[in-house]
Amino acid sequence: MSDTLKSKILDILHSDCRTTNEEIAKMTGAEPERVAELIKQMEDDGVIMGYGAKVNWDKASGADSVTAYIELRVTPMESLGFDRIAERIYQYPEVKSVNLMSGSYDFGITIEGANIREISSFISEHLATMNSVVGTATHFVLKRYKFDGVVCKLPDDDDREVISL
Amino acid sequence: MSSKFDPRAMVNRTVSEMPPSGIRRFFDIAAEMKDCISLGVGEPDFVTPWHIRDKGIYSLEKGHTHYTSNSGLKELRIEISKYMERRFGLEYDPLTQSVVTVGGSEAIDLFLRATLERGDEVLVCEPSFVCYKPLVQLAGGVPIAIETKAENDFRLTADELKAAITPKTRVLVLPYPNNPTGAIMTRADLEEIADVLRGTNIMVLSDEIYAELTYGDERHVSIAELDDMYDRTVIVSGFSKSYAMTGWRLGYALGHPALIKAMTKVHQYAIMSAPTTAQYAAIEALRNGDRDIKIMRDDYNYRRQVIVDGFNAIGLECFEPKGAFYCFPCIKSSGMDSNTFCETLLHSKKLAVVPGNAFGESGEGFIRCSYAYSIKNINEALNRVEAFMREIRKK
Repeated sequence: MSDTLKSKILDILHSDCRTTNEEIAKMTGAEPERVAELIKQMEDDGVIMGYGAKVNWDKASGADSVTAYIELRVTPMESLGFDRIAERIYQYPEVKSVNLMSGSYDFGITIEGANIREISSFISEHLATMNSVVGTATHFVLKRYKFDGVVCKLPDDDDREVISL
Repeated sequence: MSSKFDPRAMVNRTVSEMPPSGIRRFFDIAAEMKDCISLGVGEPDFVTPWHIRDKGIYSLEKGHTHYTSNSGLKELRIEISKYMERRFGLEYDPLTQSVVTVGGSEAIDLFLRATLERGDEVLVCEPSFVCYKPLVQLAGGVPIAIETKAENDFRLTADELKAAITPKTRVLVLPYPNNPTGAIMTRADLEEIADVLRGTNIMVLSDEIYAELTYGDERHVSIAELDDMYDRTVIVSGFSKSYAMTGWRLGYALGHPALIKAMTKVHQYAIMSAPTTAQYAAIEALRNGDRDIKIMRDDYNYRRQVIVDGFNAIGLECFEPKGAFYCFPCIKSSGMDSNTFCETLLHSKKLAVVPGNAFGESGEGFIRCSYAYSIKNINEALNRVEAFMREIRKK
């Protein structure tokens, strides 16, 4: 990523979205007003789409949460291109991410549900029955190790000496 | 006549007279203190980037567990030469002008032992890292401190250098970017120093271990780049600070073949060769680690601006350090000396920082604060300093 003030702001917010405009200004040597202005601009442009904590859901909701990764194969029809199909899929709140893929399948979809039954019925009722869907393959997540650049573990202790010259 | 054997009487006089680092006691208290936070560490908080660690592990899997040549793996020395050319435009022949050492400190020791005659004077800019004086003494030399000044942002000036030179002066130790002050020497600053050195027989030991950590628009400049300085300069550097590889213990020295050959002689008898695993990891660092340096430097830079701003806002004046990962605020307004300030701060606020005089007398009245810490830790430390200063000012 280039070294513009915008990219610096994005780096900082991506690693901690609670960093205040004043802190970002100190860190980057910019004026707080300029930082506020650029953040607003990036929000308006849809570059910044929101601010959320990076939650280890496995830990937060225990055994009651299941995540599945679904490979979806489709035959796009004239009236129903990839974008239209994607739009129909991502409307469901259970769907956490949708990506158009290269390779042996077309869409990679992440779904979260309370249990396996919930996810199975979502697939059989909503996904598999969609016009143009020709096949699905479902993979359940067994354990999450890293998510959005963050490793799912407790913060490391600083194992350095307290003082070294 | 037989007397009881006393091992204490067996210790070499230079060693027994070395300052036992009175500061050690202070370190021990800090280390034992619960909930103590610190700005006292002189090493990166980053873990060595994974691709570098992975290459070290792979070398073990492949069974590379033997000595390397005394000078270090040829492959590594070739990469060091390429790196110096790429980053600083300096050419060193990998076969005759480099030796791979156990950290930068060993390279400093080798240079001093390979060049000094008894009684030779070595000029050491202070405040600076603590190893130079004792190592000069062990090599039979006489360390002469040049006290750099806060009003010059702790750079060495031509006048200070001129005033310190005597017929016995053999070496100038130039430790920039500087630990503990964070000071750097620009090309223009170095030109003034070079003007003084031209026409003399004085060598330069340029400790450039922090060369990759500078924060202005201009890159670090080595004095070896200046006219007539190349042959008289030995550059000491390493992997610890730039690639967060302190625990691997790997450094190197670069210079004229005659000096490197002499240093390698000492190295082959004392050390044999630097750790093999670390050497393989270092090859990867030099080949594919430029991006890691940038990521870490950018992060240090964020923290640097927060900490400097913070100290100035508290009223502990702090000049802008443009190198390494330390700031060096002046604490004279507290009315305390450096040791008292640090001990009182540790006891009352459980915050460990290093008294400036640990790095030479001219560091008195200052404290060294490392910003190789998370922003969260830095902000918490600044809060504690602010509360401490508020209490002092009330009294």
